[in-house]
Parts: sequence; C-alpha cells; structure tokens
Amino acid sequence: MSDTKGVIVSHAAVADALVLAVAAITGVEGALVAVSNDGCDNDALTRRLTAAVGAGPAVLFVDLPGGSCLTAAVRHARDRADLAVVTGVNLAMLLDFVFHRELPPAEAAQRAVQAGARAIRTPAA
Amino acid sequence: MSIALYRVDDRLIHGQVVVGWGKPLHADFIVLVDDRVRASPWEQELYRMGVPPGLDVEFASVAEARQGLERWEHDPRVGILLTGDVATIAALVHGGHVPRINLGGVHARDGRRERLRFIYLSDDEAETLRRLARSGVQVTAQDVPTARAVPLEEFL
Repeated sequence: MSDTKGVIVSHAAVADALVLAVAAITGVEGALVAVSNDGCDNDALTRRLTAAVGAGPAVLFVDLPGGSCLTAAVRHARDRADLAVVTGVNLAMLLDFVFHRELPPAEAAQRAVQAGARAIRTPAA
Repeated sequence: MSIALYRVDDRLIHGQVVVGWGKPLHADFIVLVDDRVRASPWEQELYRMGVPPGLDVEFASVAEARQGLERWEHDPRVGILLTGDVATIAALVHGGHVPRINLGGVHARDGRRERLRFIYLSDDEAETLRRLARSGVQVTAQDVPTARAVPLEEFL
C-alpha cells in the first residue's frame, strides 16, 4: 500500500502556506497537497478535492470544524475506508504527519490530532 | 421583522454566513431553504457541524418556507434566511414577503458569466433578479458586511 497522502482543505491561501511551511521546515516535498475553496461553490470544491485526493489513501486536513471545506471533505470521505478527516489543521500536526505517512489513514488522523493538540498551549511569559 | 438577512449563497452554511454576518447581526437562528438538504438528515447534520452553540438552524423545503416566512418574520429573535440559488429565493418572493435580497456567493458554472468577483449569473438568473427588483425587492451583492453593498443596476 502506498504512503498516506495529506490533503489540506482551507479558506483562501491557508493550505498553500502550510504546504510551503512544512517543506521549508522538513525538506519533505510531495507529501501534502493544498486545496483552496476560493471561488468555489460546493460542487466545484468537491471537484478540486477529488482531483487532489486521487486514488488515496489520504488524510483530509480541514481548517475549520464546519463550513464549506468540512462539508466537501466529509462528503468525499463518506463510505471510504482509505480516507480520514481531521479538522483544525495546524502546522504542528502536519510536521508530525509527514514523518508517519506509512500509517493507514485512520491511525494517521488520530496521531495528527494528538500532535496538533499538544502544540496548543499558553507558555509562561 | 426578525429576518435580518435574506441571502443567496451556494455554499449554504459556511464561515461568511455564520461568522461574517452572524456575529455583527447577533443572529439567533438560520433558516436554510433547500429541498435537497431538507430531504437528507445526513446533510443536515453536516451543516449543523458548522454552527456554534446558541445559533439555531432550521431546515425547510421551498414549500415549507413559503408557509414559514410569516412565522420567522415575527420571531422575536434575529434570523438569517439562506438559499443556494436565485430560483429558490425567487420562489419565496412570490410566495411571501421578501423585502430585500443579499447576493452573497453565486459561483461559476456552465451557462453563467461573471458579474462580480463572487457573482456569476446565467442570463435567465439575471432576468429573474431584474424582475424581482422591478417588483420592489431591493437586490444587492455583498459577500461580507464590511464590503459595499453593490446595487443590482451596477452589475447587471
């Protein structure tokens, strides 16, 4: 089975920026694909997402836990065991994900959620 | 009147509606008028995921919305009525009292051409909107509240 791909689905250019940041930090290229909802209705966004995901397996990283990006991602992943969806994407979870793409999507998604949550803190001043 | 916004947006419930408009309007409820979503509990659950606690959502078919308009207009809470296309809001205008229409997002499809960055309309849709405007409905295009409300005659 091929490595699990990461597809970031976001408003505006958030996804593009995250892909660039991960490559800049890790040097890993080609593990992540960006999809923006800019200029899309729901059907057009689904087409963009379908093209980005390809044959799978993949984890779909969505920026917000609701709205057009999530709607498209959940619709696309419905009834597909080779796809998983994570909301609230952040850089920390993606940095962890690109080094664990050998995991199947459901496990990779759970791991990403944990890595992302660990990065949210209020450090002492 | 408690419907503060009658909006056409083919993304239906999403960030611009919930946050962009919902916050400044202090919206308490959203009515989503869409026959397909009304018929699908799964789709309804999907759209509910994008709505924060305290903001109620009601799903209605076009027929139900025609019956419900008066009730929503007299609701003491503040509401947003949302449709995914021009035909649906036009059906409500004919069935009830819709004083103004906000075109918030109608995106590119075959047969449509660009009128504004976020508004693409077919000739039939454009004519429907002109007809509604002639009948007294105020039609403007405005994606977010901080943008200018562009009057229909400026882009059609």
